[in-house]
Amino acid sequence: MEAQPSERQDIEAEFKEKATLVSALIHEADSISAAFNMALSLCKKGGTIAAPEMEASIYELIEIVCRKNGITLLKDGLRKYTSGIDMGITFADFGIAETGTIVLCSDSEDKRLATMISDIHVALLYRSDIRATALEMADEFSALTARASSYTAFITGASRTADIERVLAIGVHGPLELHIIIITETSNPIAENVKIVEQGA
Amino acid sequence: MEKSETLKQYRDRVDNALDNQFLRSAMDKFAIAYRESRKNAFKGMDIDILIAEVAAIKRDAIRKGDELFEQFKSVAEKNGVHVHLAATAKDANEIIAKIARDTGSQKIIKSKSMTAEEIHLNKWLENEGIEVTETDLGEWIVQLRHEGPSHMVMPAIHLSRFQVAELFSGVTGREQSGEIERLVKVARAELREKFVEADMGITGANFAVADTGTVGIVTNEGNARLVTTLPKVHVALVGIDKLLPTMKEALTVLKVLPRNATGQRLTSYVTWITGPSEYSGSGVSCLSDNDRAALNKREMHIVFLDNGRKKIASDPDFAQILQCVRCGACANVCPVYRMVGGHTLGYIYIGAIGLITTYFFHGAEHARNLVQNCTNCGACKAVCAAGIDLPRLIKEVHARIQDEQGHPLKSLMLGRVLRDRALFHSLLRAAAIAQRPVTGGTPYLRHLPLIFFKEHNFRTLPAIVKVPFRQRWSRVKSGAQKRAITKKTLRSGSEIVVNPEKKPLRVGIFSGCVQDFVYPEQLEAGIKVIADSGVDITLEFPMGQSCCGLPALMMGEKEAARDVAIQNINAFKVYDLDYVVTLCASCASHLKHALPMLAGNQARDLADKVIPFSQFMNQTLEPQSVRSENDNITDITQHSRVITQKRVTWHSPCHLCRGLGIKDDPKQLIEKTGHIFVQAKEEETCCGFGGSFSANFPAISKEILATKLDDAEKTGADILVTECPGCVMQLRGGALSQKRNFRVIHLSELLSGKS
Repeated sequence: MEAQPSERQDIEAEFKEKATLVSALIHEADSISAAFNMALSLCKKGGTIAAPEMEASIYELIEIVCRKNGITLLKDGLRKYTSGIDMGITFADFGIAETGTIVLCSDSEDKRLATMISDIHVALLYRSDIRATALEMADEFSALTARASSYTAFITGASRTADIERVLAIGVHGPLELHIIIITETSNPIAENVKIVEQGA
Repeated sequence: MEKSETLKQYRDRVDNALDNQFLRSAMDKFAIAYRESRKNAFKGMDIDILIAEVAAIKRDAIRKGDELFEQFKSVAEKNGVHVHLAATAKDANEIIAKIARDTGSQKIIKSKSMTAEEIHLNKWLENEGIEVTETDLGEWIVQLRHEGPSHMVMPAIHLSRFQVAELFSGVTGREQSGEIERLVKVARAELREKFVEADMGITGANFAVADTGTVGIVTNEGNARLVTTLPKVHVALVGIDKLLPTMKEALTVLKVLPRNATGQRLTSYVTWITGPSEYSGSGVSCLSDNDRAALNKREMHIVFLDNGRKKIASDPDFAQILQCVRCGACANVCPVYRMVGGHTLGYIYIGAIGLITTYFFHGAEHARNLVQNCTNCGACKAVCAAGIDLPRLIKEVHARIQDEQGHPLKSLMLGRVLRDRALFHSLLRAAAIAQRPVTGGTPYLRHLPLIFFKEHNFRTLPAIVKVPFRQRWSRVKSGAQKRAITKKTLRSGSEIVVNPEKKPLRVGIFSGCVQDFVYPEQLEAGIKVIADSGVDITLEFPMGQSCCGLPALMMGEKEAARDVAIQNINAFKVYDLDYVVTLCASCASHLKHALPMLAGNQARDLADKVIPFSQFMNQTLEPQSVRSENDNITDITQHSRVITQKRVTWHSPCHLCRGLGIKDDPKQLIEKTGHIFVQAKEEETCCGFGGSFSANFPAISKEILATKLDDAEKTGADILVTECPGCVMQLRGGALSQKRNFRVIHLSELLSGKS
C-alpha cells in the first residue's frame, strides 16, 4: 500500500506540523553526512555528544568534526554519564504524522540513555519512514515489539510537565529540546539491521 | 488512614475545600481550558465512533480476561519475565516486597501508578525499611507532602507554585522561589540522583498486550523510561483490566487516552517494553557485545492485580467499570470536582469512576458519603473515553450500600411516601395549607432535611401551591379545547383545513411533582402553547400518575423507584396515547432511560412515547402546523409581534442535553419567539440542583449555582430560560437571593408570551 506522491507530501506536511506543535524542531537534510553536520552544528564547542549504535563509517565521518570542535564523542558506556550530556544523536525507526511522533527502537541501553540524559536529542528520520497513523503501522510495530527484550519508544516533543499549576515546563526528566532531521536518502542502515535481526529470530 | 467518616465530617471536609481560594480558581481555570483543548485534540475525528470502538475493545478484553492473561503470561515468561498474579492488594504488596528482599533492593524509584496507590504500596514498602521515591513531578510533590494525588493524571493540581517552592526549600535546604521553570529544574536534579542510586524501579502500565507480552506506559515527563532503564530490577504493577489482545487494540485506546485526559494528541513518551532489556550496570564489561547483551539483562517482573476485578467482570451491572482507561476526564468535567477538587471527591481513585471503584476496591465505608456527592448531571458519562454509564452506576452503588448497611430514615421515609401516591399527595396538600412542607427528602420540597442545614437559605425556595395542577386539570383541558377550536376556525379560512379523516393526536401530559404542586403555571402555559398550535390534539392527564421516581433513585431507594415506575406505567397504559409530553427534563430522561431498567419490558411503551416539551413543539407540532403558506406558522411567532424584544439566554438542563440529547430544539424555539437569543458560554453546565444533592451538599450546590448565574449574567440577558422545574427552582431561587438582574422562567412560559 504505497502512498501516492501527493499523499506522501500531505503526510510529511502533517508530520512537520504536528511535531512543531509539540515544540519539536524540524530540519531537513539531503544526505546522512549533511544530517550529521547539521546535528553537530547544534552542539556547543567543547560539549559531549553520544551517538550510540552507529555504523563505523558514520563514526569516521563525525569524529573529524567532533575533534575540530573539541566535542567529546561517546559511542557507548553512557551509564557513567547519567548526570547529563549535551547531545544524543539517534536514528528513529518511524515517524507518525498524525501526532508528530518518532518511533525509536531502543533495545540498546546506550541508545535509550542517549535520548534520556541528553539536553538536546537529535533524531534522524528517513523521509520514507514517515507513516500517516500509528494504527496504519500496527502490524510492523507489533513485529518490532514482539521480539524478546524489545524496548521501543514513541517520542512526541521534548520531556514536559504541567504538574505545577498546569504551567507547561519542558525538560523535567528527559531532553530539553527535540530536533528531528528528516533525511531524503532512502536506505536506512538501522532499519536494515532491524530486518536482519527479525529474520534471524 | 481515615476511619469511617460520618456524612457530617465529610461535609466539613468539603466545606474546607470550598474555602480554599487557590484550589477554586485553579479548578475553575482547568475546567474551562480542558474543554477547549479536548475539542482541539479530537479535531477532525468522530469522537462518538472512536469511544464506541474503545468501549467495544475493552468490553471484549474484559470478557476474555482469563484467556488474555494466560496468553500474556506464556509469551512473557518465554521472554524471560517473571509473571505474578496477585488476588488481593495484600498479596501484591507481599509479592513486590519479596522481590525487593530477594534482589537486595533498598532504594526504589517509581513512576506514577494509580494501581500502586490503590494498594498503598509505598506505605507497605516503607514499613519494610525500603526507601521509595516517586519520580513523576506531581506525584513526588504529593509524596513529600504525605498526601495522595488529587487528580488521576495531575496529582498536584491542588497546589500552588508557592506551596511547591516552600516544600522544595525544605528538601534542598536552600530557599527556592516560586518560579516554575526553576522548580522543575530542582526536581530534575534531585530526582536524577535518586534514579542513579536506585536498585529497583516500579511502574504501572496502561496496556498489557497479550500476543507479544508487551507493557505500554504513557508518560509526559519521561520518568518511566529512566525508572525502567537505570535500576537492575523492574517491577510493573498492572491491573488485569489492562490486558488487550494485540497492539492494534492498544494503539486504538491510545488514540483516545491522552486526548481525553489532557487534550494532548499524544503524550511526550509512550514506552513499550517486551521482556527484560539490556542492563550494563552489573559491571560485566569485558565480554563481546553479543555476550554482554545476553548476560546483562534486567530482572523484570510483572505483577498482575486482581483485587476484586474478576468479581466485577462477572457482575452484569458493573463489568463496564473495567472499561475505564484512567484518563481522569470524568473529574475534568464534573461540576462538583470543579468546586472541591480531588481530595474530597474520591478516596484513591478520583472523579465519577472513583465514586464507584472506591466501593469495590476500598469498601463501602470509604464510598458511602462519596456516592452522594453527585448531581447526576451526566457530564462524566458524556465525556467518558470508554462509554461507561457512570451516573447510573454511582446511584447503583448508593443503593447497594444502603441495602448492605441499612437505609437512613429520611430516605426510607421518602421511599414509603412515594410508594403511596394518595399519602404523598395528601401530605403535599397538607403542606400547602400549612405552608411548611413536611415531605422530608423530596428533592424539590426538601425543606425537612434542610431544616438541619444552616446553609439552606442560599436560594429562595418557592411555596407549595394551594391548588395543584391535577385539581386544575378539567378547567385547563376545557380552556385548551376552546383555544384549539378557535384556532381551527381561523384555519378553515385558509385553503387547507385540518384533515377530517386524520385522527387527532392523542397526547398525555406527565407533570412530575414539582410542576403539579409547585409550578402548575408552567404546565398551564405549555398546554396553552400546544392548544394554540392548531394541530388536532386530544389531551389527557392520567390521574394515577405520580412522582417519576428519580428522587427515590437519587437517594438510593431503588425498590421505591421501581414501585413508582410501575404505578406510572399502569396509569398511562389505558389511554392509548401517541405521545407523553413532559415539561420536566429530569422526568423525561428518567421515564425514557431508567424506567425500562427498573421495570423491564412493561416500561417500553411509556418510555418510547415520552417526549420533552421542546422536542414535541419543535419537531412534532411544528411540521404539522405548517400547513398553508398563508397560515401563521405557530402562535409563537404571533406573540413575537406584540412583545418587546428581550435578550434571552438558555440553560440546558443536564437531563435534556445529555440525558436526552436535545440541544437545538429549545434554542430554535427561543429564536422563533422573536426575542434575541444570546448564548451562554457554559449553557450545558449543571446548575447544581441535583435533587437531594442540593439538600445533602448545600454549600457545593450554592457555589455551582453562583458560577452558573455568573455565566448567564455575562450574556447580558434579561431572561434566563430553561426546561426543567428543578432548574427553575434552583436558578430562580439563586437569582432572587443574589439579586441578579435577570429573571428565570420555563420555556413554556416564554413561548406562551410571558417575558
